[in-house]
Amino acid sequence: MVKLFIYFKGYIKESILGPLFKLLEATLELFVPLVVAAIIDTGIKNSDRSYIIRMCLILVLLGLAGLVFSVIAQYFAAKAAVGFIKKLKQKLFSHIQTFSFTQLDTIGTSTLITRMTNDMNQLQTGVNLSLRLLLRSPFVVFGAMVMAFTIDVKAALVFVAAIPVLSAVVFGIMIWCIPLYRKVQERLDKVLGLARENLTGVRVIRAFNTEENEIREFEEKNDEHTIMQKHVGRISSLMNPITYLIINLAIIALVYTGAIRVESGIITQGAVVALYNYMSQILVELIKLANLIINITKSVACGNRIQAVLEIEPDIEENDKTPEKMKSDIVVEFKDVYLRYKNAGDDSLSNINFKVRRGETIGIIGGTGSGKSSLVNLIPRFYDATSGEVIIESINIKDYPVEQLRKKIAAVPQKAVLFKGTVRENIRWGKNDASDEEIYEALTISQAKEMVESKGGLDYEIEQGGRNLSGGQKQRLTIARALIKKPEILILDDSASALDYATDAAFRKSIREMEHTPTVFIVSQRTSSIQYADNIIVLEDGKIAGIGKHHELMESCQVYREIYDSQFKKEGA
Amino acid sequence: MKDKFDTGTLRKVFQYIKHYRFLLLGSIILAAVTVAMTLYIPILIGRAIDFIIGKADVNFQAVLKILLQIGIIASVTALLQWVMNIINNKITFHVIRDIRDEAFKKIQILPLKFLDKHPHGEIVSRLISDTDQFAEGLLMGFTQLFTGITTIIGTFLFMLSINWIITAVVVILTPLSLLVASFIANRTYNMFKIQSEIRAKQTSFINEMISNQKVVQAFSREAKTLEEFDKVNEKLEKSSLRAIFYSSLTNPSTRFINNVIYAGVGLTGALAAVGGSISVGGLTSFLSYANQYTKPFNEISGVITEFQNALACASRIFDLIEEEPQVPDSDDAIILKIASGKVDLNNVEFSYTIDRKLIKNLNLNVKPGQRVAIIGPTGSGKTTIINLLMRFYDVNDGSIEMDDIDIRDITRRSLRRNFGMVLQETWLKSGTIRDNIVIGKSDATETEIIEAAKASHAHSFIKRLPYGYDTIIGEDGGSLSQGEKQLLCIARVMLALPPVLILDEATSSIDTRTELKIQEAFAKMMKGRTSFIVAHRLSTIVEADTILVLKNGSIIEQGNHRELLNKNGFYARLYNSQFTV
Repeated sequence: MVKLFIYFKGYIKESILGPLFKLLEATLELFVPLVVAAIIDTGIKNSDRSYIIRMCLILVLLGLAGLVFSVIAQYFAAKAAVGFIKKLKQKLFSHIQTFSFTQLDTIGTSTLITRMTNDMNQLQTGVNLSLRLLLRSPFVVFGAMVMAFTIDVKAALVFVAAIPVLSAVVFGIMIWCIPLYRKVQERLDKVLGLARENLTGVRVIRAFNTEENEIREFEEKNDEHTIMQKHVGRISSLMNPITYLIINLAIIALVYTGAIRVESGIITQGAVVALYNYMSQILVELIKLANLIINITKSVACGNRIQAVLEIEPDIEENDKTPEKMKSDIVVEFKDVYLRYKNAGDDSLSNINFKVRRGETIGIIGGTGSGKSSLVNLIPRFYDATSGEVIIESINIKDYPVEQLRKKIAAVPQKAVLFKGTVRENIRWGKNDASDEEIYEALTISQAKEMVESKGGLDYEIEQGGRNLSGGQKQRLTIARALIKKPEILILDDSASALDYATDAAFRKSIREMEHTPTVFIVSQRTSSIQYADNIIVLEDGKIAGIGKHHELMESCQVYREIYDSQFKKEGA
Repeated sequence: MKDKFDTGTLRKVFQYIKHYRFLLLGSIILAAVTVAMTLYIPILIGRAIDFIIGKADVNFQAVLKILLQIGIIASVTALLQWVMNIINNKITFHVIRDIRDEAFKKIQILPLKFLDKHPHGEIVSRLISDTDQFAEGLLMGFTQLFTGITTIIGTFLFMLSINWIITAVVVILTPLSLLVASFIANRTYNMFKIQSEIRAKQTSFINEMISNQKVVQAFSREAKTLEEFDKVNEKLEKSSLRAIFYSSLTNPSTRFINNVIYAGVGLTGALAAVGGSISVGGLTSFLSYANQYTKPFNEISGVITEFQNALACASRIFDLIEEEPQVPDSDDAIILKIASGKVDLNNVEFSYTIDRKLIKNLNLNVKPGQRVAIIGPTGSGKTTIINLLMRFYDVNDGSIEMDDIDIRDITRRSLRRNFGMVLQETWLKSGTIRDNIVIGKSDATETEIIEAAKASHAHSFIKRLPYGYDTIIGEDGGSLSQGEKQLLCIARVMLALPPVLILDEATSSIDTRTELKIQEAFAKMMKGRTSFIVAHRLSTIVEADTILVLKNGSIIEQGNHRELLNKNGFYARLYNSQFTV
């Protein structure tokens, strides 16, 4: 949590002035019991009415000054808290952007989302309250003690005894609760995850009639969360009653000591009232402090969770320097590449070696789980090879700045993802300043132009997740989004699977006719999609089972032949 | 909605609390008792002080007796307070749980039209963040509203018992405090609403971008995305600052009024003491009351702002809970046993939006055991037909019949039990592999599960996972490949073996060799079963009894492979294109 404090930078003035003005207000409050004591000991005793009136006017003035101070304090506190969270959110959001794919896989997106939303809200409330009250309450408590000393040293000792006990109780309960709040949050995460999952899978859930199971599971998780909440609640709500009890015991001791001191003529009756008033002030402040601490403990837990994410170092090592460009005919080369995913039991790719010349089209084919996607995911450094080298234009890809590397490459993943916004905005992901002509050009190649036009053109609003488009429509738009980059290397990871044969064929034809002749990797299940490639890599079980042209592989590679036969024998019949 | 209290929402909140009325009653009684006891203590202290008059003028016996009473009362009060807190917690947390449960149950019966239209992040935010915000407001409301009100009443009575003139001063001045509080609350309600709306927008954006972080990175869009985020973030900062600052004015303002009241009590009290109508101890009790009497007003006004924020959140949750559910099964809806597989579509018309008709005048008669292939360019309405068959959406006109019964007259459960569906977009729940397979049939035995996995060729890869069938897979299948996920989805259907099958491009990301095996298994499974296949693979289509060729939502050709080839139309062109590349 402490490390988050640097995000107060830019709001330092506010973060200091806020509490400061609160302290000024609190100081004024500490004078009230003295004024009241003066009223009793001087005004009432001497029946001095005008003295009483003057003193009461002072009380009003103290209140007025307090009002001014605290309004200023509230403003600064709110400004600092809101600004702090804004900066922190920005930092966290940009930090998440630097995570590698492996990290995203292991951390899980729903956790990241809760941290960006719920945790941030809670932290904001906590920071705001802290700035307003965290210093104020202890200040009043100790201030009251100091004032007690000015009245009577012996009676003040009661304060000296009571305050450590109170602090121990308050902080003890706080320390007890912090880890428990974390558990509450974890359980809430589970509830959240379940709800999200349920929404994405709603069709399957309904198709299999498992709504009731889902409800049962949700209720279970929800219950677990509630039970934990109640558990923490029982402990944290001990705070008020215990402090109340201690204060009252202290008051008893105070009145008793006061009685002895008055009996021996050391202090006056008004002084006893003042001492009692100071103790009451402590009680009032402690109640505030206890509520504040409940809030702060929750916020600290949230803050820690946020910090934990910020502390995750992006595990992709980046070279900032642009490597010297070397002319080479070989665009992509894999040298003894192995890949094992984190926590996986076995290699997903082993001993991969191949070279690709500029402008070639490479087909990659193989069974499910044979490592096709894993292989192409290495090229833009979505994942790093466990051993071996991936070389682009004679330079190891780890020596490129990531952004520069990915500028060369456009990858269209299996899952077609589009974002809320117009078609134009979505396509411009590939190129910020693309003109409408350029966009249409890309759409033409990806066979999406007609479709977009029928929807009403580039201004057609795509809903979140592209829900108002069919699978094939989404795929064609994601392809266009990649094409507009005019990449040197284009990777199509089974990204035309939802296109019918005619569209798919037309699409491949127009790719080959593209002016800047990119090097193309086509991952596919269909032999028809790759059979005219310059080279075909056949994968099986993460190993290369054959490389060559279609007719070569038909002769030399049994795996390839089987795949081909499985598709064409039947259809040719 | 400009009302300070959104009474409609408030009433609904009470509906949920009603269930806990006995606890609530207990809480109220405890609040009354603890407040009375808390208030009695200043009186006792005042009395004690009256026995401590001056040098050699202290009645120790009386003082000690009073102090003992204070000790006992304080102990009992502390204990009762704790019990009350626990009860209040229980009410609050349970109400939240109940609301979440209900909202979740509601999601299960909301029409897909609603779920498809609303960003999931927004719905989740209502279910989680809003209920939480609402919980906090409610908790504060419970603990402070009751004690506040009882304190006010109690203090008033106690004050009256000491001196009515000073009491009058307090009572006349306090409404000022309320006035100020309600003035501020009125002004801030809308600010909170705006804050809440912008926050929802931000949540939705965060959801979308973080869920698709990989795409963001693939396109090096980090900076641009951040820029957009900053825009919303900036807006949120402004609206939050307004809402928070203005609402936080309540406390200082009311505290000032209280200070004025305190001074007023000091003045009238001291003057009365000079006149001899009240003792110094009495004045002490009074000053202490003056604090206590106005403090709850402060708190209540604090509660009011908090409560308003909570109500704004609550109204968003209730909007969800009260959203019109799908048309429920009618009471006399037929429970379809095992259907024969006869499916008829009569003059079906359908559209997602009113302005664009998607399906017009669709007629189709499928005999039991027949195989229907639905093909056509993307976006021609193939998935829509599935939406209609499964009753995810209802037809606008015409009817769909199963075994000659309109499917709207059949319970959804029994209708869907007769369908086995594998969608193009795989969905797996987080849990074990086994959990995911038994979705198809909850009481399946281990042998059945393995059998189904084998039949769908999932068994071999499952075996290789670290814990086999007990391997826990994360959100959306986690580390499984697209093809593996699909195999699991197929295993689910294999397990259930319903009489009608719907396959939506199900095998598009499985390699063809595996697919061939699956098709064999399917062929076995499809024997005697009606099946609808949306596929681009002609090999699966060729053997179909009926092929529906769709374009722009209507059937342009219908017939078997040979008939359609002879027709030499759209289908024939499509079929030939795969060999001409």
